[in-house]
Formats: sequence, structure tokens, C-alpha cells
Amino acid sequence: MVARTLYDKLWDSHLVNENDDGSSLLYIDRHVLHEVTSPQAFEGLRIAGRAPWRLDTNIATPDHNISTERSERVAGVAGIPDEISRIQVQTLDDNCDHFGIKEFKMNEMGQGIVHVMGPELGATMPGMTVVCGDSHTATHGALACLAHGIGTSEVEHVLATQCLVSTKMKNMRVNVEGTVGLGVTPKDVVLAIIGKIGTAGGSGHAIEFSGSVFRDMSIEGRMTVCNMAIEAGARVGMVAVDEKTISYCKGREFIPKGDLWLQAVSYWQTLVSDDDAFFDIEVELHADDIIPQVTWGTSPEMVAPVTALVPRPEDQVNKELRKGVERALDYMGLEGGTPIASISVDRVFIGSCTNSRIEDMREAAHVAKGRQVAGSIKQVLIVPGSQMVKAQAEAEGLDKIFIAAGMEWREPGCSMCLAMNADKLGDGEHCASTSNRNFEGRQGKGGRTHLMSPAMAAAAAVAGHIVDVRLFLSESSSTGVEL
Amino acid sequence: MKAFTQHRGLVGPMDRANIDTDMIIPKQFLKSIKRSGFGPNLFDELRYLDHGEPGQDCTDRPLNPDFTLNEPRYRGASILLAQKNFGCGSSREHAPWALEDYGFNVVIAPSYADIFYNNCFKNGVLPVILSEAEVDILFLELEGAEGYELDVNLVNQTVTSDSGEVFSFALDQFRKQCLLQGLDEIGLTLIQAEKIRQYEVEREKAHPWVYGAIK
Ligand code: SF4
Repeated sequence: MVARTLYDKLWDSHLVNENDDGSSLLYIDRHVLHEVTSPQAFEGLRIAGRAPWRLDTNIATPDHNISTERSERVAGVAGIPDEISRIQVQTLDDNCDHFGIKEFKMNEMGQGIVHVMGPELGATMPGMTVVCGDSHTATHGALACLAHGIGTSEVEHVLATQCLVSTKMKNMRVNVEGTVGLGVTPKDVVLAIIGKIGTAGGSGHAIEFSGSVFRDMSIEGRMTVCNMAIEAGARVGMVAVDEKTISYCKGREFIPKGDLWLQAVSYWQTLVSDDDAFFDIEVELHADDIIPQVTWGTSPEMVAPVTALVPRPEDQVNKELRKGVERALDYMGLEGGTPIASISVDRVFIGSCTNSRIEDMREAAHVAKGRQVAGSIKQVLIVPGSQMVKAQAEAEGLDKIFIAAGMEWREPGCSMCLAMNADKLGDGEHCASTSNRNFEGRQGKGGRTHLMSPAMAAAAAVAGHIVDVRLFLSESSSTGVEL
Repeated sequence: MKAFTQHRGLVGPMDRANIDTDMIIPKQFLKSIKRSGFGPNLFDELRYLDHGEPGQDCTDRPLNPDFTLNEPRYRGASILLAQKNFGCGSSREHAPWALEDYGFNVVIAPSYADIFYNNCFKNGVLPVILSEAEVDILFLELEGAEGYELDVNLVNQTVTSDSGEVFSFALDQFRKQCLLQGLDEIGLTLIQAEKIRQYEVEREKAHPWVYGAIK
């Protein structure tokens, strides 16, 4: 038999039909819904008089548009101050009730950012096709799923038919060998990858992340990496199944038990690329070359090691690059040649589907512990990714560490990642953010985002400016604490 | 869905790469539960000098004079000319909804983000891919000619300028047919309902754990 990649295997096992025109009908196992990209899809179903194809594949939760303030959350949907937001969240509840779709409502245990919720509940499992009306759906690929974002018309299409009309992507492998150093996190690894291949480097491809760095990485770390595949242009990012994948899944709410579990595991173990499988593009990085990363511009590929200088337009090799750097620096209010580790920060955001899981919370708390937020910082938001993460963090006392340091401990949601709610940057403010997009205006009109890891963001909160977190860690390792 | 066969219209330029979906339609407008009405907020942050909020009347808002599409000569443009990686970022279908509602029927660029490209076809917006060199030619021609129009023909897969130049573009046949006939994709898929059911039966035998857990 022909050697196949993980992506090939996932694709083949979900093929319903290959149409004459070159497109294929692909079966969808899990569909995750949220309030922003679903209302028009439900409306479409209603207008056409259609019902969902089946109910037990869908799972929903509100996340993008909800308040993260405790005082507003306790009042439920009625407590959402913005009327248009309130209607949208209410519409999700109504649609799920009407059609009979399982929803974790705003204040229920289980609610969270779609891409935190799915895996932690075991709603996404290895070998599945997973879609959601959100481009960061690739996150679920950390569990060896074929997972990608879809638009609202496709949300309606999946609801109505349990299938998507798809065209097969090409295969790309990003291999990172070696062992990462102290203070280098999964976020730094993925930012370094994006820096190398660019924001369109993975266009039209499904990326498999392989090599010892990912084998050594926790499942949550792999989620951080797969999450940002889309920032490298790839709709799909994934990591093959190994022992970590299986022990991560074990015992979660929707994961099969008993005999079914054993059956599932024996199948899941086949979800790896064959040794001589063909990849259209192969990219190699080495762990030794990766140190903490920070974005300085308005696209995730505008990234550099924290020890570097902000690039100068005049050093760019062509006119287009020069123009791009000029425009970015102008928006960011930065001069070429400025040391990245001297850029002042106004606000800090630790959260988003990239970095809001329990390990991220621990990583940030480790840096924040016993320290204080710098006086120049206006706000530090710590937003756990889900009710379960929040409960776990509180059980470990992490909330107390953050609060003692002068940070705000919030309710789960997308928050300042896209600033659809009240959590946003003011005009011209710089933010050390653990989210995934530093586009113009993403975190608030005129806001200036610097993407980095939770450890780096916590360190920036303490220092008042971007700083190499490794300085903090060598300090603390003298007291015997390692990150 | 609206059918698309051929379109002639005024070209509006946005000479930059990586125009992302946050620029095309900023997030505050995603709170709407409707599909229509996004046009006045297309490129909101670039287009206006003040901050826009949903539900606002945009007619009296201060326009940003430096934003090309605000120039009188580009008023009424229905073909958007842009640089590579257009539509990168989120999966929001509000981006093609906003383009369409504004009056853009066609986008021409050297490349697109995958999800955005796909979303366009579902909404009667044709994303045309020309080479970087061809796009540069169009930018040059447009700069020198007020009222610059192009003819876009989906049947022949061509873009024709008044100087008689013809550029061909490629696209897959399924998308082309759907757009040409304005087909309901869901209806098309449901013709294969029997195949889907058959797949489910076999899948349930092979991977029974996939089903039934979520209730
Ligand atoms: S956290 Fe940000 S990127 Fe993730 S789903 Fe929410 S808005 Fe999208």
C-alpha cells in the first residue's frame, strides 16, 4: 500500500464521495458552534425548513462576545450590558434549545472558549474531523484530528448534511528537533515557525508538526502550536498520536469507556504518518535556535527574538518589504533599531484559545508569584479559557497569586483576544498579549499588540516593558524553582 | 445564492498585501445576527476617522481622506484590486457579506487566504487570482486612467481591460458551476443523502465511539 501521511489517513477515512468535478464530500464527526458565526446559519436552516442532520455531533458554547467581569456574569445573559451582544448570546441559547443541540451555557461548568472546551471535555477525539466557524479550529489537531475553521454558509451546510464539500490540501511537515531551553515555550516555537515560513507559508497545506520538540511537548503545548497554524496560512495543523495523546484523552467526559475505549485506542495508535509518506513541503527548525519570541509589527510573521532590535525599513531587501515594515512601524509607533526588550507596555492580556489552559496559567503564575505589577501598567487581565480551567486554577491557588501581584482574575471567554466585549486596548496602547493575532485594531482601535508567551507576558507586567523572561527564571532557579 | 456570469465595473484599488478580515469588517460588527447591512462598515477603521459601532447611521461620519476608496474617482467601484494574501485572518463570512453589501462583485488579487476565498463563492463574490505581475499592470493602468473599468467573465475565466488586454484566471469547476448557476450547495449535497447514510452505517460499525456520546 502507498505510504500515507496522517492527513491522508484522516482524509481517506472521512470520504463519503469523490465528485466528478474534483471536489469531495467529507464527513464531519464533530461540529463546534458559538454565538458569532452561527445565527445566520440557523436562520438559513429555518428559512429552508431543514433540520440538523443529526444532533449528537454538535456541541455549542458562547465565548466570543460575553463579559468576563464577574459582576456582569452573575446576572446571566440578561446581565450583558450591550444590547446587540445580549441578543446574539440569547440567540445561540434559543437556537440550541429549539433544535436540541447540546450547549454549555454561559455560566455552566464546561463552558469555555470553543477550542479549549472541545478537547478538555473529550468532545474532540483523535481521528475525528472537527469543524467550527472559527479559524483557530486547527487547535484540535493537537489530538491528531483533521480540524479546521469554516465560514457561516459551511456551518449551515454541516448542520444540514453532516458533510462539507472539500478539496484535498497538500501535505507540509514542520520538523523541529532538539530540546528547547529554559523559558522557551510552545508559543515561542510556533512564533519562530511563523517567522520562518511567513503568514502565507502554509496556504493550501495541512501542516503536521513533528520532531522531538513536539514529542516532548504536552498536549496543551501542542494545542498552542496547532492553534497558530492558521497564522502561517494553513487551515490545518496537527500532531500524530502518541502515549501522551492517549493519556490526555483518558477519562474525559465524552471519551468512550470500557470496551469502546480499548477499541478506540487501538485505532488511534494508527494515526501517525507512515515512515516514507510524501510531504509536498518540508521545513526544518532546530530547538537550539529558538529563544523567547515577540512580535513587533502588525502581522504574526513580524516576529523576532526578544534579544533582537526592531527591524529598520532601510535594511529590507525589496520595496514591498520596506513598505510593509514602514507601515507596521508607523502603526506600532516604533522606530527601527529599538531594542525589543525596551518597548513599554500599557496593558497585559493573558488568555485566548492559544494560551488560556491550565499549563499557561501555571506558567504565568510562576513568574508572577511574589512579584508586583509595575506601576506604569494600566491593567493586567488573566482570563482562563474555560470554567474547568478556572476551577482548576483556583483549586491550585493561582488566582490568589495573580491577585496578590495586582492582576485581574476574570471569567472565561475570548475577551481581549478580539475585543468584542468591553475588554479592549485604548488608542496607541501597547499590549503584551498571549493571543494569536496582532493585526491593526484587533485588540481595540489603534491598539498595538505584541504577541508572546504567558511567561513573557507576565514578566512584561512586572517589568513594565517587554523583557526576556529568562532573566526572571535564572533569578528564581537560584531558589530552586524551575519553569 | 445569487448567480454570477459576467461583470463590468469600476475598479477600486487597495495597494497593500495581507489585508485581513479584521480590516475588512472589524469585530464590533460581528455582533449582528443578520447577513446583510455590513456595507457601510466595510473597512470601517480605515475608512472613517471616528470609531464605528453597530447600528449607527454612517452617512454623517467623518471620512478618512487618505483612504483610497473614499476618493471621488473610486465611488461606486464594484471590482476591488488588491495585493497578495487578501482576506487572511479569521473565518468570518461577514467579510464577503460586507464586500458584497458595499457593492463589490469581484476581487482581483495575486492570492487569498483559503477560508476567505471559499467564503466568497458562497456569497456571489468572485475572487479572481491573477499573477503578481498582472496585478501590477492593472494597478499601473488604473493609476493613469480615471474611471478605469474592467470586464470580468466567469464563463471564459477572463479579465479584459479597455485597452484590449486579456488576462485568464483559473478556478475549480465545482465552484465555477455553483456560482454560474447560483446553486444551493446544501440542496446539491442532499442529493447524495443516501451515500451519507451509508457512510454513517459503516462508520458506526468501524468506529462506534464516534457517535452517541454527546446528548
Ligand atoms: S480566543 Fe480569540 S482567536 Fe480564539 S476563538 Fe476566541 S476570538 Fe477566536
